[in-house]
Amino acid sequence: MPVSNNNVVASVRKGSIAQKAPGAKSNKTSSKKKDEEEGVDTGDGWDEWSHGKALTKPPDQLELTEEELKTELTRILTANNPHAPQNIVRYSFKERSYKPTSVVDQMAVHFVLDGSLLHQDSDEARRLRAKEVDTGTEPEEEKPETPATPVEDGGEVGEAGEEDRPDSVASKTDKKEPKITNQFNFSERASQTLNNPLRERSCQTEPPPRSIFSATANQWEIYDAYAEELQKQEKSKEKQKAVPSKKDNDISKKKMMLTETQSDDIGKVDKASKIFERMVNQNIFDDIAQDFKYFEDASDEFRDQEGTLLPLWKFQYDKAKRLSVAALCWNKKYQDLFAVGMGSYDFSKQGCGMLVFYSLKNSAFPEYIYPTSSGILCLDIHEQHSYLVAVGFYDGCVAVYNLKEEGVEPVYKSTAKTGKHTDPVWQVRWQNDDMDNNHNFYSVSSDGRVVSWTLVKNELVFTDIIRLSLNGAVSEGPEGAQQPSIACGTSFDFHKQIDYLFLVGTEEGKIHKCSKTYSSQYLETYDAHSMAVDAVKWNHFHPKVFISCSSDWTVKIWDHTIKTVKNNTLILLITDFFQVHVFDLNINKYEAICQQPVVAKKKTKLTHIEFNPIYPIIIVGDDRGYVTSLKLSPNLRKKPKSKKGQEMPKGPEVEVAKMEKLLSLLREPEQSTV
Amino acid sequence: MLIEETLKRIQSQKGVQGIIIVNSEGIPIKTTLDNSSTVQYAGLIHQLVMKARSTVRDIDPQNDLTFLRVRSKKNEIMIAPDKDYFLIVIQNPSD
Repeated sequence: MPVSNNNVVASVRKGSIAQKAPGAKSNKTSSKKKDEEEGVDTGDGWDEWSHGKALTKPPDQLELTEEELKTELTRILTANNPHAPQNIVRYSFKERSYKPTSVVDQMAVHFVLDGSLLHQDSDEARRLRAKEVDTGTEPEEEKPETPATPVEDGGEVGEAGEEDRPDSVASKTDKKEPKITNQFNFSERASQTLNNPLRERSCQTEPPPRSIFSATANQWEIYDAYAEELQKQEKSKEKQKAVPSKKDNDISKKKMMLTETQSDDIGKVDKASKIFERMVNQNIFDDIAQDFKYFEDASDEFRDQEGTLLPLWKFQYDKAKRLSVAALCWNKKYQDLFAVGMGSYDFSKQGCGMLVFYSLKNSAFPEYIYPTSSGILCLDIHEQHSYLVAVGFYDGCVAVYNLKEEGVEPVYKSTAKTGKHTDPVWQVRWQNDDMDNNHNFYSVSSDGRVVSWTLVKNELVFTDIIRLSLNGAVSEGPEGAQQPSIACGTSFDFHKQIDYLFLVGTEEGKIHKCSKTYSSQYLETYDAHSMAVDAVKWNHFHPKVFISCSSDWTVKIWDHTIKTVKNNTLILLITDFFQVHVFDLNINKYEAICQQPVVAKKKTKLTHIEFNPIYPIIIVGDDRGYVTSLKLSPNLRKKPKSKKGQEMPKGPEVEVAKMEKLLSLLREPEQSTV
Repeated sequence: MLIEETLKRIQSQKGVQGIIIVNSEGIPIKTTLDNSSTVQYAGLIHQLVMKARSTVRDIDPQNDLTFLRVRSKKNEIMIAPDKDYFLIVIQNPSD
């Protein structure tokens, strides 16, 4: 019974080994207990060494009664997986409740290993064998060698080798079977290539030069551009026309241009600086400029017909201080420009002279300066070509200056060869252009000749018009040794309307009326004065009247049809050396309506005077080189008052009418006396 | 040469405080004033002249500015523009 128990236990034990270890554990624990029970109960071979010890009871041994110890427990060996769940419950939608699944998978996998064995008859194996044959002789050689090693294997290998050979032979012939990629067991293969190291390479250049450009496009800028284009076109046209002859000129001009651009930059502001000088002067002499334009002497209303002269600008030039003003002339075209000829009246002190042009706009400095070698005694500005100035010198020369030309030399000058006068030239006058359109002018001199000078190309051609003589008529021609004594001409004037008629005043006090065409005879002679006639002038308006003034302190007015004296109109006198006397013959024949000292007494003497044709001012020159400008007060410019309702006839007719009236007044008493 | 004389004469006139010549970019090239004043005048006046000139020419492109006067309590600034340059003169008009 205990032995049978033992046997049963042993079989149980053996059976338990077949089961899994964890399952066996519980059996083992129970078997342990059984062992210990056996140890207690039996003393077989196993218990031999337990004999040595006393029976020990573990402290936690179950205390079972003997009856319980004798009960037999049956154990059944099943193939159930002890780990498989036995109570899986699934929700059944059909019955809408949880239901236990009856069947549960009892398979327990203990170990899995994927092998690489192929069946030799399978396709893959055949393919592999075919491949092996390629690499082939060596493995074939190896294969016969391998039977040398373990016998069992050798036999198998030998068989396999034999089998292989016919296969390999067959595979050799089928060497070139196409490779078939494995579509099922695909393995990706990749290999990483070497990444070349990156290297950056750059080079830096110099940045291109940049400049910021900005401009505006205005209407006037566009206009300027067009104007420039036009100029260029015109220049190119001119160049085309004059190419062969002007090559040298161009080269020289180019050189000039280069030097100009390289030279001082300031040169370009000359126009501006000129304007500036005038502006500054205007500022300084602002009150004078205002007076010139607008000032009217109010006190003239209270002075019965007397007037005043308001001094305006004073013109002077440093280098001309020693010279006296010998001639004054207004420019007809530019009414603010006037010419001053400087020289000396003193016979003993003859030096150089100067021709100076002033503008009213700039009283501080002359516009043009021409120094001359000899004193100037007279000058005249051409009426139409106001840049041509004829000048008569003390040494008898005449010269023509061109203001447009640069340079201080006259354009034309007479010399001893070309018929210059032997005595001072007292008066020059421009005439109308002759038939060849050459400019010409006349001159009168103390050598008794009235000469006409014509500007032919680059020369002055002279023609003696008349030779003055003391006798009534000039007789040319060899009448013995008796040469007619020559009179000295001191002044002349040409008739305004009748071109060929002119008057010559002489030093002897006679006035001759002459014609350009008759060179040998005077038309008429007037015994005018007792001393030299300083000036004769035709009346600008009345065709018959002329005036003469003389060193004998008288002024006489003549009607050239009658050989006697008449008085008329407004005249201006310089007497008393420093005062200006203004006479208006309409008002008072014998007294001046204005007497005014112009320069300081005793120091300077007034030498010349001129009216401005447009502005109510006069210029007075003195022997110090000063020129003073004076404004005529209203009384001096007065025209006869018009009766109310009557229209005022203006201009020359008025003057002619005035003259006629006076003449008639004068004639009657004379005729009555005669 | 002649221009130098003219400028000297202007400088010697009564009341003139200074002359500045400025080129077309607004840089003063010749002056009789001190540096800081010159630079100031040149910069400010340049703009004024440009404006005035463009005004005149916008109205009539054939017209052009001849000169510009700015009269203030203390003095008068006169500007004469030229083609590439302009001149500035500061004057005290009436002492």
